[in-house]
Amino acid sequence: MSLLEVKDLTIHYLTDDGDVSAVNGISFSMEKGDTLGLVGETGAGKSTTALGIMRLVPNPPGKILRGEILFDEEDLLAKPEAEMRKIRGNKISMIFQDPMTALNPVMRVDEQVAEVVKRHSGLNKSDSLRRALDMLQTVGIPPERGGDYPHQFSGGMKQRVVIAIALACTPQLLIADEPTTALDVTIQAQVLDMMNDLKQEFGTSMILITHDLGIVAETCDKVAIMYAGKIVEYGSLRDIFKQTAHPYTIGLFNSLPPASSDVKRLKPIPGLMPDPTDLPTGCSFHPRCPFCQELCTEKAPEDKIISPGHSIRCHFYQELKEKRPVAEVGK
Amino acid sequence: MSGDIKTSDSPAGDEPKRGMMETERRIDDTRRRSQMLSIWKRLCRNKLSIIGMIIFLILVLAAIFAKQIAPYDYSAQDLTNALAMPSAEHWMGTDDFGRDILSRVIYGGRISLLVALLGIIISLVAGGLIGVISGYYSGTLDGILMRIMDVIMAIPGFLLAVCVSAALGSGVLNTAIAIAIAGIPGYARLMRALVMSIRGNEYVEAARVCGQSGFRIMIREIVPNTLSPIIVDTTLRIGAYILMISSLSFIGLGVQPPEAEWGSMLSAGRQYIRSFWPIVTFPGLAIMATLFGLNLFGDGLRDALDPRLKK
Amino acid sequence: MSEMLLEVRGLKKYFRTPGGMLHAVDDVSFTIEAGKTLGIVGESGCGKSTLGRTVLGMLDATEGEIYFEGRDITQLRGHGKKALHRDMQIIFQDPYSSLNPRQCVFDLIAVPLKVYRECHGKDALHRRVTGLMETVGLAKRLAYAYPHELDGGRRQRVGIARALALNPKFIVCDEPVSALDVSIQAQVLNLLQDLQDEKGLTYIFVTHDLSVVRHISDDILVMYLGIAVEKSNTKELFKKPLHPYTKGILAAIPVPDIDVKRERVLLCGELTSPIEPKPGCRFANRCPHSEQACRLEEPVMEELLPGHFVACRRARDLNGI
Repeated sequence: MSLLEVKDLTIHYLTDDGDVSAVNGISFSMEKGDTLGLVGETGAGKSTTALGIMRLVPNPPGKILRGEILFDEEDLLAKPEAEMRKIRGNKISMIFQDPMTALNPVMRVDEQVAEVVKRHSGLNKSDSLRRALDMLQTVGIPPERGGDYPHQFSGGMKQRVVIAIALACTPQLLIADEPTTALDVTIQAQVLDMMNDLKQEFGTSMILITHDLGIVAETCDKVAIMYAGKIVEYGSLRDIFKQTAHPYTIGLFNSLPPASSDVKRLKPIPGLMPDPTDLPTGCSFHPRCPFCQELCTEKAPEDKIISPGHSIRCHFYQELKEKRPVAEVGK
Repeated sequence: MSGDIKTSDSPAGDEPKRGMMETERRIDDTRRRSQMLSIWKRLCRNKLSIIGMIIFLILVLAAIFAKQIAPYDYSAQDLTNALAMPSAEHWMGTDDFGRDILSRVIYGGRISLLVALLGIIISLVAGGLIGVISGYYSGTLDGILMRIMDVIMAIPGFLLAVCVSAALGSGVLNTAIAIAIAGIPGYARLMRALVMSIRGNEYVEAARVCGQSGFRIMIREIVPNTLSPIIVDTTLRIGAYILMISSLSFIGLGVQPPEAEWGSMLSAGRQYIRSFWPIVTFPGLAIMATLFGLNLFGDGLRDALDPRLKK
Repeated sequence: MSEMLLEVRGLKKYFRTPGGMLHAVDDVSFTIEAGKTLGIVGESGCGKSTLGRTVLGMLDATEGEIYFEGRDITQLRGHGKKALHRDMQIIFQDPYSSLNPRQCVFDLIAVPLKVYRECHGKDALHRRVTGLMETVGLAKRLAYAYPHELDGGRRQRVGIARALALNPKFIVCDEPVSALDVSIQAQVLNLLQDLQDEKGLTYIFVTHDLSVVRHISDDILVMYLGIAVEKSNTKELFKKPLHPYTKGILAAIPVPDIDVKRERVLLCGELTSPIEPKPGCRFANRCPHSEQACRLEEPVMEELLPGHFVACRRARDLNGI
């Protein structure tokens, strides 16, 4: 039984400038204990997907047009707001990118953690405060610092507090939206390690939203590559990194500065992300795709399963495979 | 305009293309000339701001052509016909001296609008300049200028206006100066805060590395980015200024009777407020219409001037 | 060996703060050959951006000398400095805040040309700006677009065009690709490299991203809390890092390859601020190998291997040299 199943989720922002197609019918499912990496560039619809699952898409202008989000076999989209509020922070929690703005600056950090505990567990004030201090200790903040205010912490420590809040009610699903982008490498490594350990400890499933393929390689089991609001490639970590199939994913890997310093020039994907108010016809990636054929400009490709658990949206996967040995592509 | 920028990109992106013909190298200059036009177009698209502009324009035109429009002389008294209700001869009735209220409202606009606008301009220029200098060259100069502003601020605005007005004497320009001085510190403070926040942007640093002088940076890089809050602040202030003029007139320092002026008409008529409504209602409506029109227009202007809000 | 374009000796930049003197850059020395790229790497708050700006004269150095083409430029003021910025320019990190939102692309690029009176007449100015836009790969139709209408990559191209306008010899790139997506980042990195090849530019490339710096730099300077801890040729540094801090940050980069598992030499603790630093090695309290002596004595930059400098008392015995 899957913990989370998203079916044909479509979210648009209806603005004065036009209809922004942020998420265009994405489907995926997650097992208990999995970590799914949601990878893509700015504007790919990663964060909107996350907000959609939390039912936090700002409305207006955002609107969930279609789809189902089955969490524990219950459709979240059909739930009334009051019930959703019980789920948020309790069964599903979220970590945002910027720890600087995610905390209330005029409230002690232990109180901020305790507030969530109190709200969802029904413990009394002193018990939830005790639980909050435990939680802070779990994320590596000594209990004596619980009485401090957010500005007394560094960026990495703040992100730890945010994680403590997110995990305080031992959620079944944790959505982390670029949790380490604002942090320095050494701190990022500490935080990622800690998140991995905690995930094991609590048996939490996680959706990790990131643009960094390095972080994906270290933390995820499954990977979904998003482009223009669609999942263009989905598979296990090994599928994506070693059997890379979609031209966009290949392009992403090629854009990374290589580990050897002998390569003089990078091979970027030409062109830019399409305008989400006016997506190209057919396959959204076709204007930037080196393998584009006439069919690509006319018809949007369907999800194709190319090996168990590995699917892509591309018309010419077979031809591509023949043209370019996959082993070389994965690099 | 933004539409064609995002789309129609060649798949190869904007890779440099060498060997262009000389004729092709020219940039289409017509697009820049249309800058003012596009601001105007954006302004026009906002219906409310057009309504605001029309209201304000009507008031201004009425003030300018008061002689031609006003049905009577604003100071002609007709005591036999005092406090007459609106009728076909006197659309807004007559006041306690039998003067035609409509004519007085039309003539009154001359002074109210002129003095208020002059006052705004004086305080905006002086306060803005002090604020920009203070914010840009922080340090001792900033300290001195701001302390001076604090001293001015410490004196109640009206009291200050009274003193200045008493010293300078009455008259349009003097009244404008009197009310403007009290408004300078507010603008200076606002401008200083804006400049200080903009000064930290990298584009100001970039301008410095490009060798621009301090003055040029202030005028070209900083001031244009302060416009939005300044415009909003200004539209809100005009009302306060009109009322301050009337207060000055009331204590005999602003405009001298029988000169018509909205504020003084209000205060002169206040004893009839219960018994004869037209005497305060019409000048009040004139003030309200001015504020309403300016606020709508100001909002629209702010949006039109900001390229970021362009659609 | 070609000639040194830039030489920095014992550069210090302190800031007065309410908590005491902040040692943003403390006694840093390095040289750059003409046409090469020096990468300056470090975490936020290590003084790498301040170093770049001080070299350019945007900030006045507290102490030390900067020689550009053999001439000491630290004392230049007014016109001398203005003339210097013809040759030395900067590309900023944030393509959002580094472009004035009220100016269109044409004006943004034309500003330095106008200030330095480079072009006589409107036609000449037009030609130069169009030429620059072509060089950095901006379509002509964008000339009267405003920054907010452009995406991050194009904005950064405008920033690059502005820096190139006066044909400088030397450019400080302050995290020019950190705010960009990977595919766009690669486009901009390629552009910077092409420009270097074409015009013989010399770069200081300030960044926190080690994979980018490895790709683009010839030499690397690693900074920690205002001091330079290691300095070497890029290949050598990645092959054989000598300073414990360099080892730590190299181990911390997530590698986009599932077969390479990084060694876990996690650095504990976080960066403190360099306000009134205590004597001794600034890295000592995060260093897994620190001894009592490290906390007392300031380490000196030494050439441990040919061309490979490191400031660590224990570097010799830790690396078996």
